[in-house]
Amino acid sequence: MKAITWQGRHRVDVSSVDTPDIVNDSDIVVEVTATAICGSDLHLYDGFIPTMQKGDILGHEFMGRVVAKGRGITELEVGDRVVVPFNIACGKCYFCEQTLTSLCDNSNPNAAVAEKLYGHSGSGLFGYSHMLGGYPGGQAEYVRVPYADVGPLKIPDELDDERVLFLSDILPTGYMAAENCQIRRGDIVAVWGCGPVGQFAIKCALLLGAKQVIAIDRIPFRLELAGKDERVTALHPDKTDVQEALLELTGGRGPDSCIDAVGMEAHGTTFGALYDQAKTAAFLATDRPHVLRQAIQACRKGGTVSIPGVYGGLIDKLPLGAAFAKGLTFRMGQTHVHRYMPLLLDMIREGKIDPRFIITHRASLDEAPELYETFRTKTDDCLKVVMTP
Amino acid sequence: MDTIYHTRTEPGQRDHACHRKNVGSLERGVSIAIGTIALLEGIRRRGIAGLLSGIGGGALLYRGISGHCSVYEKLGIDRSKSEGVEASELPGHGTKVVQTITINRAPEEVYRYWSDIRNLPTFMKHLSRVEVREDGASHWVAEGPAGRTLEWDARVIFEKPNELIVWETLPGGDWESKGSVRFDPAPGGRGTELKVSLFYRPPYGKLGAIAAKLLHRAPDQQLKEDLRRLRQLLEAGELATANGS
Repeated sequence: MKAITWQGRHRVDVSSVDTPDIVNDSDIVVEVTATAICGSDLHLYDGFIPTMQKGDILGHEFMGRVVAKGRGITELEVGDRVVVPFNIACGKCYFCEQTLTSLCDNSNPNAAVAEKLYGHSGSGLFGYSHMLGGYPGGQAEYVRVPYADVGPLKIPDELDDERVLFLSDILPTGYMAAENCQIRRGDIVAVWGCGPVGQFAIKCALLLGAKQVIAIDRIPFRLELAGKDERVTALHPDKTDVQEALLELTGGRGPDSCIDAVGMEAHGTTFGALYDQAKTAAFLATDRPHVLRQAIQACRKGGTVSIPGVYGGLIDKLPLGAAFAKGLTFRMGQTHVHRYMPLLLDMIREGKIDPRFIITHRASLDEAPELYETFRTKTDDCLKVVMTP
Repeated sequence: MDTIYHTRTEPGQRDHACHRKNVGSLERGVSIAIGTIALLEGIRRRGIAGLLSGIGGGALLYRGISGHCSVYEKLGIDRSKSEGVEASELPGHGTKVVQTITINRAPEEVYRYWSDIRNLPTFMKHLSRVEVREDGASHWVAEGPAGRTLEWDARVIFEKPNELIVWETLPGGDWESKGSVRFDPAPGGRGTELKVSLFYRPPYGKLGAIAAKLLHRAPDQQLKEDLRRLRQLLEAGELATANGS
C-alpha cells in the first residue's frame, strides 16, 4: 500500500509498504478515506522529537471504513465509517477508567523509553515516534487500529468526512484547552497561536462562555480568520506590544486565562525568542518556551495557563516566580480524545460548530511531501491540509 | 538496583506514628544487648564518659525494647514489616532485584493467574516454557546469554493464597535463585500492588552480570518489562504491539 514515511529532518516520502493486518483480537483495519497533516507532525518534520526512525509511517489524524475486524470486536462491523482518536487507549487501566485516555498504562509497548525521559509513560500514539509506541500512522491507505471497541467513533452517513475528521485530534484538543481554562461567564481568554488548534480553542472558549477572546499570531491570514468573529480581538506581536495590549484590553487585570497553542517551537523576534533559538541550535535546550513566558507574565492573578501546545523536553528561563507570585493554575497534556468525541460529534450534528472553516488545502497522498513544506513555511496561506488516498 | 518505597501510615495509626515499630527483630535483639552493656558500663565508670555511655545505652535499650527508632523514622526506613516474608538472601555473592507494579485487578485474580506458573512464559520474555511435575516441583527452560538455553528445577517453599508465593531453585540447575511475589491490595480500590523480589547468582559470576548489563539484559530491566506485559494481559487482555501484521 501507499504511505507517507519519515526520512529525516525536512524529508518525507511517498513509499510503498506492507498492508497491515489483524494482529490482536481487539484490532480492526481501517481503509483510510481522509487524513490530515497536524501542526505536531511539523515537530517530527523539523526533527524535534527523538526516537523517530527512517521509514516510520506518519499521521495521527485519520478516518475511514472498517475493512477487517478481530474476533474480540463487538461494537463495530465491517463497512462502518469511523473516526480514530490519535491516542491509543486500552479502556481497562486505571487511567482509562478515569477517562484520562492519553495516559493509558497499556498501549505503549516502548513505555520503558518514555519512562526514562519522563518518569512515567503516556499512551501510545499513531505515527508519533518509537518512544510513544512506534505505531504506523494514518497518512496511508490502511491502518491497523488496536483496542478498536474503545477508540474509534462510528459516524452516521449523513455527515461527510471533512465535517468529522478533526474529531480525531485538533477539535477535542481545542475543546480541552478551553475547558482547562475553567471559563466563567464574562471571562476574557487570550490565545497564542492561531493554527488549527488555536482556531478551535477560540471557538470553544466562546462556546463555553468567554465574553471575549484575544488572538495572537504573526501570520496575517490566520489572525484575519480568527478575527472574523466580532468577539475576537486580533493582535500581531510584531506590530503591538502584546503585554501592554493585553493589559489595556482587560482593564489592567490581564486575561483570566491564557492558552499556549504554539508549544515548543515558538517563533519570535524578541530577545527571549532569539536566545531560545540559539540555545536549541546548540543543543543546550530542546524546547523554545517564548510563548509560555509571555502567557505567564500576562495572565491575571489567580488565572489559568492552559497548554495544548506540545512540549517535549527541557525548557530554560521559565518565570516560575511570576507564576508563583500570581497563584496561577497550569493545565496541560495530550488530549483525552475519547472523552470528548461523542460530545463534539453531537455539537457538529446540531450545527453548533462546523470544523471545516480551517481547511485550506485538499490533496492526494502523493502531494504530501510538497504540502509538508508548504505547511511548515506557512506559505500559500496554508492552515490545514486534508488528504485523500 | 533496589527500589525505595514510601511507607504508608494506615488511618488510625497516624496518631501513634511516633511509637510505631520500625526496627526488625534481629536488630532489636542486638540493640537490647549492646544497650544493656553500655548502660551498665556507664554506671560503673561514672564521669562524663560514663554519662554519655549511659545515655547511649539507654537509648539503644529503648530502641530494642520498643522496636521504634526515631532516626529510622526521620529517614523513612521501616525494617519491621517485610522481614521474613520475602525471600532471604543467598549465601555468598548474590544479586537482589526488586520490582513493583500496580495492576488494576483484584489480588485474587492476579494471584490466580500467577500461581498457575505455566502462564509465566506468556509475559516473561526470556522464559521458553515451564512444566509442573507430579511431585509439585517444576521444570523451567529459559533463553540465557549468547543464545544458550538455561534449565533448572524449582519448588514453592511457602504460599499464602491471594497474598504471597515464595520459591527457590533446586540444586544442579543452570540458574540459582530464590524469589517471592506479594499480592497486596492497592489503596483506593486501585487493584493490586504486585512486588517481586529476586535473589540470584548471575550465570558466569560477576563477569556475566556485567555482560548482561552491557547487553541491556540486566534482570531488573527484564523483570520490569515482564511485569508491564503482565499488566497488559490482565488489564487489557492482550499484549500491546505496534507490528502491523
